[in-house]
Amino acid sequence: MTSLQPNASLQSPDQGPFQRKALQFQPSLSRNRWNLFFTLLSAGFAGICVLPLFLVLAYVLFKGGSLISIQLLTQLPPAPGLEGGGIGNAILGTIIITLLASLIAIPVGVGGGIFLSEYSTSGPFAQFVRFGTNVLAGVPSIICGVFVYGLIVSTRVFAGQSYSALAGAIALAVLMLPTVIKTTDEALKLVPDELRWGALGVGASKFITITRITLPSAFSPIATGVVLAIARAAGETAPLIFTALFSPFWPEGLLNPIASMSVLIYNFAIMPYEAQISLAWAASFILVVMILAANLFARYLSRFAKA
Amino acid sequence: MTSFTSLDHSTETSTDICMSLENVSISYGASEAVRGVYMQIPRGKVTAFIGPSGCGKSTVLRALNRMNDLIEGCTLKGRVLFDGHDLYARGVDPVEVRRRIGMVFQKPNPFPKSIYENIAFGARINGFRGDMDELVERSLRKAAIWDETKDKLKESGYALSGGQQQRLCIARAIAIEPEVILMDEPCSALDPISTLKIEEMMHELKKSYTIVIVTHNMQQAVRVSDMTGFFNVSTRADGEGKVGCLEEFAATEQIFNAPTQQATQDYVSGRFG
Repeated sequence: MTSLQPNASLQSPDQGPFQRKALQFQPSLSRNRWNLFFTLLSAGFAGICVLPLFLVLAYVLFKGGSLISIQLLTQLPPAPGLEGGGIGNAILGTIIITLLASLIAIPVGVGGGIFLSEYSTSGPFAQFVRFGTNVLAGVPSIICGVFVYGLIVSTRVFAGQSYSALAGAIALAVLMLPTVIKTTDEALKLVPDELRWGALGVGASKFITITRITLPSAFSPIATGVVLAIARAAGETAPLIFTALFSPFWPEGLLNPIASMSVLIYNFAIMPYEAQISLAWAASFILVVMILAANLFARYLSRFAKA
Repeated sequence: MTSFTSLDHSTETSTDICMSLENVSISYGASEAVRGVYMQIPRGKVTAFIGPSGCGKSTVLRALNRMNDLIEGCTLKGRVLFDGHDLYARGVDPVEVRRRIGMVFQKPNPFPKSIYENIAFGARINGFRGDMDELVERSLRKAAIWDETKDKLKESGYALSGGQQQRLCIARAIAIEPEVILMDEPCSALDPISTLKIEEMMHELKKSYTIVIVTHNMQQAVRVSDMTGFFNVSTRADGEGKVGCLEEFAATEQIFNAPTQQATQDYVSGRFG
C-alpha cells in the first residue's frame, strides 16, 4: 500500500499482494459455506448421540409405562400361563444386591483411591495399581460373572451354598471397584496441597489430615462417582446370571438365589407368555427410571463441588 | 510454653538462640537447591529472609519445621537445631516438630469449615483441654481479626476477604501455642492495608513468639524484622545449574545500611533482583 487513505485499504481490491474484499460478511464465500456445512454436520451427529436415549426412554415408557401399578410393585411374578402378578421380589432383590455390592466396593475403592492419591509416592506399585484399575474397568462384565462363578459359586465356599445374593453382590462389586477407585483418586488430587499443608502445619498427623480435611473437601466428587458406579451396577445382567441366578419367590437371605430386575427382564422377555413379556417391559421401565434417577442424583451431588 | 518431652537428647542449649542451622544443604532429587547455610535465629525476634527468586529462602524456611518432608525427593544434609535438639535426628516425629513450630503459607489456606472450627481444629487435635471459646477469642484477638469476625464465627472461613483469611490462618497457627511461627511470604497476595495490619500484628506477636518470615518486599523486611538473612543464587562450581546460599546474615539495620558483601549492597539498593 502506498497511500495512507483509510478507506483505500478496505475497499481497493486490486492493490498489494493480497486480494482485499469488503468487510461485509458474504455467505456465498466457499469458506463460509463449508463452515456452515460442518457446523450443521457436527450438530447433526451430536443430536444422533442423544437420540438412542430418547428412543429407549420413549419406547420403554410406551411398552411398560401403562403396566405401572401398586400390584406390580408389591406382588410376585405369576407362574407360567397365569395372568397378573408383579415384580416386587425383583425390585427388592436388585436393591439388596446393589446395596451389598456397595458395602464391599465403597470401602475398598475409596481406601484404594486414598492410598493412590495420598500415601503412594507414584512409585512402581502405585503405577501398577493405576494401570490395573484401568484394565479392570475394561474387563467385560460377563467375565466378572464367570470369574465369581468359578471362585465362589462352583466351589460352594459360603456355607455350602452355590448360587447366592452374596455371590452376585461380589460380582457387581468387582465391576464397581475401578470407577470408585478412579473417582476417589482424581477427586483427592483436585484438593489443593495448601489445604493439606495447612492441616499438617498445625500439627495434624497424616491420618487426621486425610479424614478431617482432605476427604471432606473431596466428598462431593467422590459421592458422585460412587452413585454413578451404583447406577451402572444396578443395571448389569451378565454378572448376575450365573451368580445370583433368579428366584420367583421373595428374597430368602443372602445365601440363596435372589431375583433381580435385569435377570428378570432377561428371563421373561423371551418367554412365550404374554403376562411375562409385559412384566419384562414394566421391569425395564422401572430399571431405566431408577438408573436415570441415580444419574440425576449424581449431578445434584456434583453441584456442591463447585460451591 | 509446652515442655519438652519427646526431644530429650539435649546437646547444647543457649538461652537466646532459638534455632540454629549448621552447614545445611538441601537438595531436590539430584539438584542441590541451597548449600552450606549457617545461621542462628534469636528467640523473641523477627528474622527475615530476603533474596532473589530461586535462591532457596522458602526451601530453608520449610526445612525449619520439616515441611520439606512432604516434597518427594527432598533431602537435607547438616543439622537444624531447635533449642539444641536436632530436628532431623533419628526418631524425631515431624508432627511434634510442627506443633512447636507453626507455619503460615503464601496463599491464605483456611479449612473449608467455619471460622470457629478453623481455630478449634488445631487445638482439638493437639489435645486441648480448656475453654475452647476463650481460646478462639484469644487467638483471633492476637491476630487482630476478632472485631471483624466476632459476629460471624459460624460462617465459613471462605466468606472472609483474602487479607482476613490470612489473619485467620495466623490465628490458627497461634492457637496451638507454638514457640516459633514461620511465615512464607504471608503478604504477597494481599493489598497494602491488609499487609499493614499483619505487620502491626507481627510486632505484637514477637513478644511471645519467635518469627521467621520470607519476604520479597525489602521495605517489609526493614519494617518488621530485627535480623535479616540475604540469600543469593550463584552458579555452581561445575557450571551446571544454580544453587542458593546464605550471602549475609546480620542485624536488619546493618544489612540495609552497611552490608559487608557487595552482592547484598547491590540487592538492597535495588541494583539487581
